[in-house]
Amino acid sequence: MEKEEIIRQKYEARQQLLKTWPGMNEDAKNNIYKEIQTDHQKLIVLEPQAEQGRRQTLLKLRADLEKQQKDLQDIDALLYRQMTTPLAPKPNFLKNLILAFVVGGLICTVGQLIMNLFMANGVVEKDAGTATSTLLIFAGAFFTGLGVYDELGKRAGAGSIVPITGFANSVAAAALEFKREGFIYGVGARIFTVAGPVIVYGTLISILIGLVHYF
Amino acid sequence: MATNKAGKQTLIFPYAPVIFSWGTVVGPMEGQGPLSGYFDKIMENDLEDGDKSWEKSEQGMMQHSMEFALEKVGLTGENLDFYLAGDLLNQIISANFTARFFDVPFLGIYGACSTLAEGMTLGAALLCAGYADKVGVSVSSHHETAERQLRMPTEQGVQRPLTAQWTVTGAGTYLLSAAGGGIRITSATVGKIKDLGVGDANDMGTAMAPAAMDTLKTHLQDMNRKPEDYDLIITGDLGVLGLNILKELMRQEGYSVDNVSDCGVLIYKPEQDTHSGGSGCGCSGVVLSYILQKMLEGRYKRVILLGTGALLSPTSSFQGESIPGIAHGVVFEYS
Repeated sequence: MEKEEIIRQKYEARQQLLKTWPGMNEDAKNNIYKEIQTDHQKLIVLEPQAEQGRRQTLLKLRADLEKQQKDLQDIDALLYRQMTTPLAPKPNFLKNLILAFVVGGLICTVGQLIMNLFMANGVVEKDAGTATSTLLIFAGAFFTGLGVYDELGKRAGAGSIVPITGFANSVAAAALEFKREGFIYGVGARIFTVAGPVIVYGTLISILIGLVHYF
Repeated sequence: MATNKAGKQTLIFPYAPVIFSWGTVVGPMEGQGPLSGYFDKIMENDLEDGDKSWEKSEQGMMQHSMEFALEKVGLTGENLDFYLAGDLLNQIISANFTARFFDVPFLGIYGACSTLAEGMTLGAALLCAGYADKVGVSVSSHHETAERQLRMPTEQGVQRPLTAQWTVTGAGTYLLSAAGGGIRITSATVGKIKDLGVGDANDMGTAMAPAAMDTLKTHLQDMNRKPEDYDLIITGDLGVLGLNILKELMRQEGYSVDNVSDCGVLIYKPEQDTHSGGSGCGCSGVVLSYILQKMLEGRYKRVILLGTGALLSPTSSFQGESIPGIAHGVVFEYS
């Protein structure tokens, strides 16, 4: 019998274990893992010498072995997760929701106040909106520089990330962080590490929405 | 034939090397923790005066910890036969630049947060095999350098999950000698990588606990001992959650868990808002000095340090790989 046929038979025999695997003891499991490793390295050596047809069989067998190993590991991972999940601390969702709502709401209220002030002083609505965004972006960057915004973000979560000040924070924080690597490879290259995805996908989505609007 | 090996993975040191001096430097936050009285130097700021980058400060911490350790016993770098050091930064730059300063034969090592245990195991092996009389082992980590390499910019306003740990700003150096009296390294167990599919870089305690358990179990089997044979079983940086998981795993194995603790749990006060406790090379790197001090005071006679490491990189995290965990055990005895 060819080597790969023996390996295939052993593989098939192990496939029967998938169901009983969770109940097996650690030594038995380790032996199975060892058996897979041993067969795997045999295949690795056989592959380069094999002619085309046989090689396909070997490659298929190796893929099966790797899948089998992964499947067994996944069962172990699941068992472990079932054990550890109850031990993990749970975040206080209610408190987090309230904080996010209050802080996010406050930032937006401040924005609305600024906008009303602009409009009361004769700025047209469209320009007032632009000026307000600019001011809020400045404030976000300013408080990042003072080291306040991360303290706020720690408590408010999405409440301070989602508004435009959060966007300014992500740009300013990256700029501060990478200043030491110089203005080209540091600030210039990495200023959008966090904000970049927002810009890329924001632009993409706006194009899509523009297309929908057009047609 | 490996004559000084017990069981599968444990090194026995027949001429047990002595830890004859050590030095520790920590950041301001660690200086506010419960162990502040045990450190040689507490920095006033994460960035030392005159340093242009956090990386520079981290390297400075490692160097200063070494200088404390050397000066305490009136030695200089040239008295060391070998220097083993490592840290968390890419290409272990803190260690490389510290070794540049001291001009000693140098082996850079990386085991993430298990680096101290790895270095001590290798150092003790060098001494025991007669290749050296004195060996230095240094490790360091820095909260800001680690954050910016592994996670978010430090001023980014994000909420850290409750399972997240706080990288310790700290550096520790331990000098080992083949002769003399004091706390001895009597054995060490080299761990295997355990990966049970945890991929969350904000939950490294869960990722590393199985490795700690595996190394502990192997060690006890190899040495034919029970957990009760140790006055203290201390893990490197499992944190609050990881320690709970380890205790659960130990209970399942029928072990007692009364003498189990973790450096990452000891280093901060609960109100310091670190969530799951400390982590990083510097965590076990500085807390070990406290434990050694307690051994000298007679509180512990035999201690095993299980240095735990989460062997991930930012690249592997983004590519969705799970976190391989490792743990090395080093046994200290004093009588």
